[in-house]
This record gives sequence, C-alpha cells and structure tokens, in this order.
Amino acid sequence: MKFHKHLSAIHVEHHKNTAELPTEKMPVPDKLYISMVQHIGAPCQPIVSVGDYVKVGQMIGNSDAFVSAPIHTGASGTVTAIENIMTSMGVYPVVTIETDKKQELFEGVVAPTITDKDSFLKAVRNSGLVGLGGAAFPTHVKYNPKNLDEVDTLVLNGAECEPYITSDYRTMLEDSDLLINGVKAIMQNLGIKRAVIGIENNKPEAIRKLKELTKDASQIEILELRSLYPQGAEKVLIYEATGRMVPPGKLPADVGTIVSNVASVVALEKYLETGMPLVSKKLTVDGNVVKTPKNLEVLIGTKIFEVMEYCGGYTATPAKILMGGPMMGRAIYDDEFSIIKNNNAILAFDREWSTQAKETACINCGRCMQACPLNLVPTALAKAYKKKNLEELKKLQVMICMECGSCTYVCPAKKPLSFTNKLAKLFVQEGGKK
Amino acid sequence: MSRNINENLIVASSPHVTDKITTSKIMLDVIIALIPAFIMSGIIFGPRAIIMTIVCVVACIFFEYASRKLLKRDSTISDLSAVVTGVLLSFNLPSNLPYWMAVVGCFVAIVVVKQLFGGIGQNFVNPAITARIVLIVSFATPMTTWPIPERIFSAADAITGPTPLGIMNMGGDPSTLPSNMELFLGFVGGSLGETSAVALLLGGIYLVVRKVISPAIPLAFIGTVFVFALLVGQDPIFHIFAGGVMLGAIFMATDYCTSPLSFKGKIVFGIGCGLITMMIRVFGSYPEGVSFSILLMNILTPHIDTLCNPMYKMEKGGAAK
Repeated sequence: MKFHKHLSAIHVEHHKNTAELPTEKMPVPDKLYISMVQHIGAPCQPIVSVGDYVKVGQMIGNSDAFVSAPIHTGASGTVTAIENIMTSMGVYPVVTIETDKKQELFEGVVAPTITDKDSFLKAVRNSGLVGLGGAAFPTHVKYNPKNLDEVDTLVLNGAECEPYITSDYRTMLEDSDLLINGVKAIMQNLGIKRAVIGIENNKPEAIRKLKELTKDASQIEILELRSLYPQGAEKVLIYEATGRMVPPGKLPADVGTIVSNVASVVALEKYLETGMPLVSKKLTVDGNVVKTPKNLEVLIGTKIFEVMEYCGGYTATPAKILMGGPMMGRAIYDDEFSIIKNNNAILAFDREWSTQAKETACINCGRCMQACPLNLVPTALAKAYKKKNLEELKKLQVMICMECGSCTYVCPAKKPLSFTNKLAKLFVQEGGKK
Repeated sequence: MSRNINENLIVASSPHVTDKITTSKIMLDVIIALIPAFIMSGIIFGPRAIIMTIVCVVACIFFEYASRKLLKRDSTISDLSAVVTGVLLSFNLPSNLPYWMAVVGCFVAIVVVKQLFGGIGQNFVNPAITARIVLIVSFATPMTTWPIPERIFSAADAITGPTPLGIMNMGGDPSTLPSNMELFLGFVGGSLGETSAVALLLGGIYLVVRKVISPAIPLAFIGTVFVFALLVGQDPIFHIFAGGVMLGAIFMATDYCTSPLSFKGKIVFGIGCGLITMMIRVFGSYPEGVSFSILLMNILTPHIDTLCNPMYKMEKGGAAK
C-alpha cells in the first residue's frame, strides 16, 4: 500500500560481507570490565563490592533514577576492582570481574511473572534493556509514554541500513521465533493493535522467514524497505511504516508509535522466557584489517582488543576503529575500551581507508539538501554556524538534524556538513555562547 | 601490554565514508556534455570556431592559475571549472571575433567575476555570461558581426550578417528567416556554440541522466519562452531554437552557485529567465535577451533561495514535505 511519498535517501555501498556468517559465541574472557554507564540517563552505582563472588545474570549495578537501566554480569567470578576509568562514554565506575569459567547461574534468574502493564514494564526494566539499535535509551522508559493509550503502532527496526553491519540480520534469522513472540508480548502488554517490522529489501531471507512466521498473525506486518540509507533512522522508519512525520521536538509516541530495534525485542523476549537479563551482545566484527571477519555473541564487558584477537587479530595497523557503522559509528581512540550494550559492530580499517579526502570549496550544488531525509539545508546551516547566528540556526531547524551523515556522504567538495550540524546543535543547546 | 596501535588511531566525526563524487568529476561531466556542441561549432563555422574555444580555455586556465598564485591561494585549476568557463564563454562569441577580445572576456570571467569574489562557488553571477555582456557593451560591432554559415557542407568562407533573431528584431523580411530545421541543426548565424539546438539538447540529456543538473531550470526556462511566444502570436518553435535559449537554459542558467537550491526555487528562476528573455526579444531594442535574463536572475538567486527554503515554511506551520 503506497499512500505517501518516500523521504530522501541515498545509495551507500552495503559491504554486508558477513551476512552469511552464523553468529559464533565468543568464549568467556579472563576478565570482564563492566562499565556502569551503558545507557542514556543516570549512571548506575555498583551494588557489589571488591571480593564478592558473582554469578551469571546477577545484577551488579543499579540506580534509583527513572531514566536508567540496571547492569548485570554475564560471567561468574570474583569482583577484583571497582574504579573510575576511561570508557567509551567518559570516565565512569567500572566493575572488573575475574571470571572462573564455571558460568554458575545466578539463583535469581527465573522467568518473571507478568500480570499487567506495570509488571511488564518492571520486567523490562529488570532485564537491563536499552535501545540496542544504537541510542541506548532505557527501554522501560520508551515503552511507557504519557499517552500510551494513543499509541496504535509498534514499529520494529530491522532495516540495518549501516554498511558492513549484519548482526541484526543474523538476529532476525537465528532468533526469529523470539522476535515474533517478543513482538506479540509487547503488543499484548502495552495494548498496541498493530506492529510493523521494517526490513530493507537487501535481506530477502529475513523477510521471507518472518513473513512465513507471521502468516497467521495479521496484526504484524513485514514491511519491505528500499535498500537506501538511512531507512533505519527512527523518524524515517516511522514515516515509511505509518506515513506520519514526527514534528520537531516531539517523540515517536506523539504520532502514535513506539519504535524498537529487533535485537532489543529478542533480548526482551529472552528475559521474559528465561529471566536471563541483557548480558551479551551480538555484533559484527569486520573491516579491511580484520583477519577473520565474524558475527559474534560477546559478553558485555569484554575488551575490544580481545574481540579482535578472537577474530585473528589485525592484519595491518588499524588507523580507525569504529564502534558501530561507518555512517554513524564512533571512531574510538583506544581498543582497550570494553563492549557495551548498544555495540552492534566493531570495525577496523587501515590508513588508506581512514584518510578523508581534502576539503574544497562549496559549489552550491544542492546535493546535501536533496540527500537530507528531513529536508534541512546543510549549506545554509553551515553558513549560519560560521556566523554564529543563533536565530538563523533555529529558524533553519538545526535541532531536528539526526546526524545521519547523508549530507557529508554526498558532498562533492568533501565538506564535513554533518559534523558542522553537530557543532551547531551544541551551540544552540548552549544558548549561543560563543 | 605493549601494544602501540592506539597512537595510530584517527578520531573523526562520522560519517567515515563518503561518495566518490568530486567537483572535478562534475565539471568533467559538463565538459563531456559540451562536446557535441563543440563538434557542431567546427562543422558549422569551421576551424576558427575550434581555435576560439581552445584560446578561451587556455586563457581561462592561465588566469585561474595566475590569480590564485597572486592571491596566495591554493591552485584550483584541477577542479576543471576554469575549463568549463572557457568553453562556455567561447560558445557565446562569434567565431570571427579577434582573439585578444576573447582573452579580455576570459580575464573578466575568471579574475573579476570569479576570483575577486573568492573563487569557485563564491561568484554571485555566472562568469561566462557576465564576460559576454562586458564584451558586448565594450565591443558592440565585432560582438554582433555574425558569420553566416553556408548551407550544409559548403567549403566557402562564411560571410557575415544578422542572426535570425536580428532579422526578426529589425522587422526584416520573414522569408529570409531560416527554416526551423536549420535552426534545430544550427546552420544559422550566431555565437559559435549556441546555434545547434540538437547538440546542446544532447548534452543536456547527458547532464540530466548523470544527475549533474536537475531538468527544472531548463524546462521552466524553455517552457516559458514557448508559452510567451504563443501568447504574443509568434512562432514558439523559432523562439526556443533561435539565439542562446538552449545554451543558456541548459548550461548557463543551471550553474550551481548562481541558481537556487530548491526545486521550487529552480522553477521560479527558470520562469524568470524565460520571461525576461522574451520581454527583451519582443519589446526591447536588443534582438536577444538570454544573457541579461540569466544575469538578472543570478542576482535574485539569494532572495529566491530564502523564499523557497522548506525550513522557513515549516516555521510558519507548514509541513516539511
């Protein structure tokens, strides 16, 4: 059913090299370094002490704040240190666990009893779930908007529009039953009538399999998205799935939707069925200096370099290591950071790949504006930011920019337009302080 | 742990990949699109047309290189924009113009209009158009002494005479006007690269297919000329094929930095160009108005961009799309 126009989108080479590689379980490492900040919101406080023996699935960090999500360990062993160290999110408390490889299960890992919406939301919180698509926003907050009764559509994000990453694709193939059951559980407990699973049409296997599984569930629709970037951006996906545009400054729930990543739903359903919280993460390891690219299931807290070593190590000195995909992922400066909940890929590249082309003058070609899914005018934003013109930046709606990077990608002058938008947004947030 | 990979790690803001498109590739596409008209200019006006184009290209590259050097800025000749300006300027000149006058035009285009305003992307009017206008007001006679090509495949030297629009403007005998087919192919008097509508259209189609230009401006421009001619009771086919409409609409009015960004803006720009062209042709004393129309619309471009910015509209409560 085509009842609306598409938003602008761009062609980005897919590089889905690992699509056919089944997820491997990485063995428990000798040590886990579990950060107390793996989400947007209040940091967790460690609830274990040095010397404590912890078991698989045991909660080790929590917070009283509403916008926060508890943190669990995925390995049994002894807490050897709790100290503030640099993580990929900044300097925060990190719990170090020396694992004993026995993988003893924590007694508290039992399937939760769900009776109503409140017990469901409590279970979501206890599962430690955050948005695994990348935003890391605590899921129990997202599932509890003020106007839940107005939400009529659950939108599931299986687009995976970032190049290289195939972990969601593997999840959809390998955990398709968990996914569909999870969708049904969310719909039932939150009282949502319809669900749409959006998948880019470069994943025909996943589409076929999920269509097969939902052929008797008319309330769940499998939506084939065009294989264009950024189909998996929240606002774009909502528009493609429902024809509704989230206005500036509003949330998905304001247009009657809740959006969740497919990996998040699978993690939630695992918790609902077994009581095992989010302690491991599926991720894609790829890039042109990785010896054996893989799809891995890794315990949260594993150091990145150990993940790399498990994949055969680097074939050349990496010049860029990305947490996430090449379009929106973060370039990290230390491979001793550990894996956190929202990691869906670790990519490593050589110097040639990482060197950005020289910037030249803007020729006003308008490609950035045509590429922007939200119709922003990046060149005008860049000019306004250069002049530090707060009023103009607001007028040009800089705050709706989702930093998808499409403008930078298409620019023939190689201008870092998306980065400029990021700076401009900070400038506006700080009220125009120069 | 003595692993020293970290000092090699580059930290940069996303995205970490970009498209292969560059400014030089875009300019190269424009040059490719100009080749059919270049070949036709040689067939129609002979070797002097070819030499004129080469002179202009060389002069433009020289002025671009020299002025950047003098201004102590990075050389930009590799972006090929000077080549495009050179070709376009030569296409706007009669093939029998003295070369030194053409070189003066190149100086105006590259140094005065382009580099003094900051180089590529910073000029507010089209360099080639402005240079042509400077030449036409400075050297009125040589700039309007048009060689008239013999009928197809004649080896005889061209003689000079008025362009078809000139005949029309002076109220000349309509029977001396060339047929629309001759206009379409380009075997008529005029600037060396503007006469062959078919060659220019071919280039235009190439640019649209390669997504270098949007068809909005050319279609709005040519469409407006067509409708205007119909309304004043003149032959619309004659008006769109005669003079510089095709060259102007496809190659000059679509210049990125002097035309609006948005689709709506492009339509407004194209209609404006078409209207001014026809007002000059029908009511003015100049036979041709394409250059002036583009120049005037270039100046209005920032205002059109502001009025057509989708974000400003959104602020007033409209939807984004």
